[in-house]
Amino acid sequence: MSTLSDPVNLSAPRGTDAGLTPKQLAQKYGLSVSGKRPSLPEYVRQLWARRAFIGAFATARLVAQYTTAKLGQLWQVLTPLLNCAVFYLVFGVIMRSRDGVPVYIAWLCVGVFVFQFSQSAIQAGTRSISDNLGLIRALYFPRACLPIAFTVIQLQQLLISMVVLVAIVLFSGVMPAMTWFLIIPALILQSLFNTGLAMVMARIGSKTSDISQLMPFLLRTWMYVSGVMYSVSGYIQSWPKIWQTVYSWNPATVYMDLMRYAFMPDSFDPKKYPGGYDASGHQLPKALILPDHIWIMAGTWAVVAFVLGFVFFWKAEEEYGRG
Amino acid sequence: MADATLSEVKEATPVAVEETRTPTVVVDDVHIVYKVHGAGAGKGSATSALSRIIARKKSPSIREVHAVRGISFTAYKGEAVGLIGSNGSGKSTMLAAIAGLLPTEKGAIYTNGQPSLLGVNAALMNDLTGERNVVLGCLAMGMSPAEVRKRYQGIVDFSGINEKGDFISLPMRTYSSGMGARLRFSIAAAKTHDVLLIDEALATGDQGFQQRSKKRIDELRKAAGTVFLVSHDNNSIREVCERTIWIEHGEMVMDGHTDEVVRLYEKGERP
Repeated sequence: MSTLSDPVNLSAPRGTDAGLTPKQLAQKYGLSVSGKRPSLPEYVRQLWARRAFIGAFATARLVAQYTTAKLGQLWQVLTPLLNCAVFYLVFGVIMRSRDGVPVYIAWLCVGVFVFQFSQSAIQAGTRSISDNLGLIRALYFPRACLPIAFTVIQLQQLLISMVVLVAIVLFSGVMPAMTWFLIIPALILQSLFNTGLAMVMARIGSKTSDISQLMPFLLRTWMYVSGVMYSVSGYIQSWPKIWQTVYSWNPATVYMDLMRYAFMPDSFDPKKYPGGYDASGHQLPKALILPDHIWIMAGTWAVVAFVLGFVFFWKAEEEYGRG
Repeated sequence: MADATLSEVKEATPVAVEETRTPTVVVDDVHIVYKVHGAGAGKGSATSALSRIIARKKSPSIREVHAVRGISFTAYKGEAVGLIGSNGSGKSTMLAAIAGLLPTEKGAIYTNGQPSLLGVNAALMNDLTGERNVVLGCLAMGMSPAEVRKRYQGIVDFSGINEKGDFISLPMRTYSSGMGARLRFSIAAAKTHDVLLIDEALATGDQGFQQRSKKRIDELRKAAGTVFLVSHDNNSIREVCERTIWIEHGEMVMDGHTDEVVRLYEKGERP
């Protein structure tokens, strides 16, 4: 009868370990506290080991995205093109923004595509944790893989649309120039910036689901103040100097200006586009102004956003599975 | 040495050698409290939400559940431990906590490496094909692309997904729940884990698959791993686990050899 009421203690350590408390036992065998987040260098190492996963995940998602649409991946190019068409009609033709900007169509399309890259990376980042809870709860991997992979997806989409963008720019009469090589560093910096923002938004979005309702408004406001479809430089000239400086640091404007300069350096040449009015009082396009130190601004934004975003995301690593 | 002889008589399976065992999971007086959102009769209307924000009150729909109350045990290398208990007794919560998905309110859980939790509800990527899920799952667990290529066929064969036609190239949302669970188990079991936590994932498979998974669990244990199994199927607990922990109301009722614990559990006798 006592065999039932007094079962063997299968938990108790035996042999040389007999008598150790659970904590001592765990320490002796180097067990770690479950769910504790790894140190930052260890986290970076784990993430690096998952680089193949990030690439494969991004490609698989990109392919799966449009499987239910008949036109398939054509939508990757069609969506921003339709956006361009709408903006051209409203801002270019009706609100006459095109008169003041040299090669307006190319200028507009570069802006739309570049801004779209940041916008969709942030939106996808916001949902990257909450939409993939099943995967997060099923397998262990560094969670930063997800916001990074979603930014890679947006980068892949941008690269596909770049083909169309080059065609538009050539059709607008802009000739290829050496500055086209600047597209590469500009894209790298913007990708770093976007990844940082995506990681910040991923952590916020995983805790506060209300944020995904709010994001479209925030992003739209950002788009309208950044001068995607009209040139902001004309508007801010009458502002106090300090506000002009603050405004020129807007990362969206910085990355758009960089890309516009890379694609069509001639548009920034005051000799070619002096502005003013022609004999019939029609406004002539005025050369664009590339802010001083724009590469420093672009680089600073990229590094600051990426490092802060990464650390901010890592700080909550152990909490993402809870939902 | 009267004590020693007495205890030898007592024990159903006597421990012959006092060997030193390597612990893999140490659960030290763990309490788990979690918040449930959207519980209770709280009105979800806009006006009630607004008045709550103005009054700075906490949402009434958040309730705290004390799911695990002071459980302690240690699991060792090569053990397969079953967790049994009625619905809502805290078994799955315990597993989620060992996996590091739920924080402990009090006490601590120490594990060897990162435990891998395998549950029936854990969906992978439903809009992707089974094929992609296998590759991505393996890569996520940290395999190299070359290793994935090598193991891919083995995983598909193990899951038995392709027994009735070419299902592996269809999106996972088209799978039956049993097929999905089989594929998920096959992916997770492809790698040797130090600690594998299985939450009722075996119940959904058919007979052939259950046999294969039992064999695989044995292999995983031999590869110096520890397996935890939560199940309401007492027979699969009996076949897989030699040790079983009985949990009721978040407290441990019994921890012992499977035969004894399951026998008492089936009779409903608390020791």
